[in-house]
Amino acid sequence: MRFVVRRLSMFLFTLWAAMTLNFFIPRFMPGNPVQALQARIRVKESPAALASILSSFGYKPNAGLVPQYLTYLKDMLTGQWGASIGLSLGEPVRDIILQAAPWTLGLIGLTTVVAFALGNVAGIVAGWRRGGTLDSWLPSTLVVTANLPYYWVGMLLILLFATTLNWLPPDFNYDPTILPGFSPGFIGSVLQHAVLPAFTLLVTSIGGWILTMRNNMITTVAEDYVRMARAKGLADRKIMFGYAARNAMLPNISGFAMSLGFVLSGSVLVEYVFNYPGLGYQLLNAVDNNDYPLMQVLFMLYTVAVLVALLAADFFMVWLDPRAREKG
Amino acid sequence: MKFASLVKNRKALIGLILFGITVVVSLFPGLFASQSDADVIGAFAPNLGPSTAHLLGTTSYGEDIFSQLVFGARQVLVIALAAGGFATVLSVLIGITAAYLGGVVDEFLSLITNVVLILPTFPLMIILARYAGTSNWVMIFVLVATGWSYGANQMRAQALSLRNRDFLEAARVRGERRAYVILFEMMPTMTSLIVANFLGSALYSVLAASGLQFIGLGNRSSDSWGTMLYWADSQEALQAGNAMWIIAPGLAIAVLSAAFALMNYAFDEIGNPALRPVRRKDVRRAKKGAAALEEKGAGHDAYVEAV
Repeated sequence: MRFVVRRLSMFLFTLWAAMTLNFFIPRFMPGNPVQALQARIRVKESPAALASILSSFGYKPNAGLVPQYLTYLKDMLTGQWGASIGLSLGEPVRDIILQAAPWTLGLIGLTTVVAFALGNVAGIVAGWRRGGTLDSWLPSTLVVTANLPYYWVGMLLILLFATTLNWLPPDFNYDPTILPGFSPGFIGSVLQHAVLPAFTLLVTSIGGWILTMRNNMITTVAEDYVRMARAKGLADRKIMFGYAARNAMLPNISGFAMSLGFVLSGSVLVEYVFNYPGLGYQLLNAVDNNDYPLMQVLFMLYTVAVLVALLAADFFMVWLDPRAREKG
Repeated sequence: MKFASLVKNRKALIGLILFGITVVVSLFPGLFASQSDADVIGAFAPNLGPSTAHLLGTTSYGEDIFSQLVFGARQVLVIALAAGGFATVLSVLIGITAAYLGGVVDEFLSLITNVVLILPTFPLMIILARYAGTSNWVMIFVLVATGWSYGANQMRAQALSLRNRDFLEAARVRGERRAYVILFEMMPTMTSLIVANFLGSALYSVLAASGLQFIGLGNRSSDSWGTMLYWADSQEALQAGNAMWIIAPGLAIAVLSAAFALMNYAFDEIGNPALRPVRRKDVRRAKKGAAALEEKGAGHDAYVEAV
């Protein structure tokens, strides 16, 4: 019980810190939404007039900082996220998020799960067959691929498969000439547009999983209970998955939750390169245009996503691993 | 940690060589670049292909890509080393202080560390970099502010495990001051972790800084590699068929990060012999030794030992 309370209070504190940072950083720095609007519309309009346009969407620069902050906290938590004061002026932030989220979840979420699964299996095999062909060249290669700049890999793929070979589309999430719906044409188009960004993420993220899993495996294979299983004459496959891999996986589960933050981060650049209209793309738009409401909500959602994943991993670990239960 | 063992490890050697090349290029760019100033717009015809005059061709502004690449090395390296260094110092200070002092201080510092660790780093960096300006010092500040927490956790864990060792107890009994115990007794035993941590932070800084520069949040008038990619992207180099403008700076970033990553991984291998690659030569030697032992009739145990 003490464990649960501790974790939950940590959760709330982090959320509060994230929201507070995101409120104060933009407001204490040069530039404001009115200037951004002025730069965007290129019409000679007095700042006061522009400010009054923005204030009709809920932008109140003249209210005191403390009351602003308190209403901000309340609105964020109750889901009254207001309207965009940036690129899509006046559109409810909730709608923007609901439009963008499925694309990010579908692309980034699926790719991450696939990378995690494939990477772990490859790592198990590489660690088990110590000194085999797979194990001898794999680590050096992966150390390099795991640290390639995401966005540059994306650009290279565009260069090769879109610009040169013309096999796949270079940007956007689907062909705008096709009406969205459950038609084979539309689904095909969505998949076609997802191939390159998904492959970009896969190439750069799978290496880390293989390496950590391989290294965990190597440590686990040396344990006495694995030798015991061998002595019992169990089948290799059974020892590999049922004895060694099962224990070697444990650190990777919290690693998976932790990596969600990195994945979300990386996805911002991938969405930027491919003009893929997901959450990361919206975040860059919001930052570019001083769209405080959209920026705040996105940043809060990112934090919540990581926190929820971490909490889930924590409880999952406690359920899986008796040693963790003992400690809690 | 011996220098010799670093050179013997193939990954470390490759990493060291790649890193060395970048250092030399960034110290003496004039030796390599064909121009003394790579930023003169319209110096040459735009979008030239690779030739002997322009090894990697020119940008759509008519600048020599190879010269820009050479001058960009210093920017990236300074950011990586400075941000990596400051972040490591901060991690060491916070991690060791938390572990050594314990109690409320530890609770507080650990809480801050964990919060920073969980905050979505890249979005936070984007917001910070967007509003704090575009100088390299801002970039370094942003990288340090968001990058120290992972190392601090590791330092704390390592320092905690050292805390009650006899040699520290002895120092305390001798009446040494706290700062002395931490700096001269505790830190030297943590050198390898500190170096590994520095390599990791430098690697992270190269990638994150280049990423920020790529989306236009760096100093846009400088020659850093990420900024080159930003201009290449915004000038649609892909569509214009100027592939080199994109391939070259990205490859440079990839090479420098590979250098840090290989050194870092090699450090892990040196510290944990189980991870080292199994060499054919070693296997053969072990078998030969085992055969010799068996001839001597040394028995099964020695055989197992040798293999």
